[in-house]
Amino acid sequence: MTGDNEFEGGISRRHALECMLWAGTGVLWGLSGGVPRSIGLLDGAAAAEAASGFTFLQISDSHVGFDKPANPHALDTLKEAIDRLKALPQKPAFMLHTGDITHLSKPDQFDNAAQLIGSAGVQVHYVPGEHDIVDEGTGKAYLERYGRNTKGAGWYSFDDHGVHFIGLVNVANLKAGGLGSLGSEQLEWLEDDLKPLRASTPIVVFAHIPLWSVYPSWGWGTDDAAVALGYLKRFGSVTVLNGHIHQLMQKVEGNVTFHTARSTAFPQPAPGAAPSPGPMLVPAEKLRSLLGITSVSYSQGKEALAITDTALADR
Amino acid sequence: MTALKWAALAAFFVLGSGAHAEDTVIEIANFTFNPPEVTVKPGTTVTWKNTDDIPHLVVEDATKFRSKPLDTGETFSMTFSEPGEIDYFCGLHPHMKGKIIVKP
Repeated sequence: MTGDNEFEGGISRRHALECMLWAGTGVLWGLSGGVPRSIGLLDGAAAAEAASGFTFLQISDSHVGFDKPANPHALDTLKEAIDRLKALPQKPAFMLHTGDITHLSKPDQFDNAAQLIGSAGVQVHYVPGEHDIVDEGTGKAYLERYGRNTKGAGWYSFDDHGVHFIGLVNVANLKAGGLGSLGSEQLEWLEDDLKPLRASTPIVVFAHIPLWSVYPSWGWGTDDAAVALGYLKRFGSVTVLNGHIHQLMQKVEGNVTFHTARSTAFPQPAPGAAPSPGPMLVPAEKLRSLLGITSVSYSQGKEALAITDTALADR
Repeated sequence: MTALKWAALAAFFVLGSGAHAEDTVIEIANFTFNPPEVTVKPGTTVTWKNTDDIPHLVVEDATKFRSKPLDTGETFSMTFSEPGEIDYFCGLHPHMKGKIIVKP
């Protein structure tokens, strides 16, 4: 692949990534010089982590309080996910929670989530999902718990190991007929936040609803994501981590890798595969192969971050 | 027209626009409001009932009213006394839209 033939390179790269996504769970994603390669199964992930020393986890859509047939025990599967984290030979630097912590924003649901996730003993950076802001104060309960040092509906940024992390909120002030939305105030903040950064700074953006158009007729996209992505264009390495759709999905576009994580509560159907995106009922023995967590490793000097998805059923 | 007929017609209108207007149920199923558009007489109480396994939330487009999140089997009711058109959507899944037309 040569630099002057980017179009062809883009196609083959995307195709390769699609193939790898179908290879199933437990595959470590490695991108070296723009060429993706599968490094191996989970022991490979551990090796890469040891080499770089910087790994963080993403959990998403824990929906604490959910008790419907698709998973009557959403708190138990969240506990299994946290147990996975505890069993890691090397503790992750921190954890990102990409929203829908609770199912109905109720105080006991926030309490149960905080207690269980807190038991991991790892710092957690949250962004809200739409289920976290349906309290009477439309988000007041979330901000009281997680809004310290955030702006607006709960957005913020921080730096760790030379990587710039940006937590965005695209579930607030949603408009009739629309998709997820960032809004002008947050976009202005983002533009300012990025201004002082060098283009070589690796960027990780995390938000609940996908920042790419996964399936708009089910609301799986963000109306003004293109504006945010425009501000991110000049950066050499951008990783966008989302939740909301309760299944793995990945897309690479230029320097941007988009990735959605599994839920720890219940799976949702593939786009268009069911009459609606509601919780997907699967045989009990299959449930844990569709729930899981995501691990992300950063190696200095590498263009892209390595993303590993692990299902609760994986051994 | 006889006096009796006038009286019957007047009684019909009182019934049609008054407290006895027939109440309407909108079922929320498969991420849609069903029926998505209803025409009701002034004074009608409209009840939304969520039958999905995921909560939904009824919000008027300009937030003139907003329900609490409706979990499976839960309902929300509003009585519409003034003629007009009310557009609403789901506060959790804004691609879900519905309309109520209130006319005598």
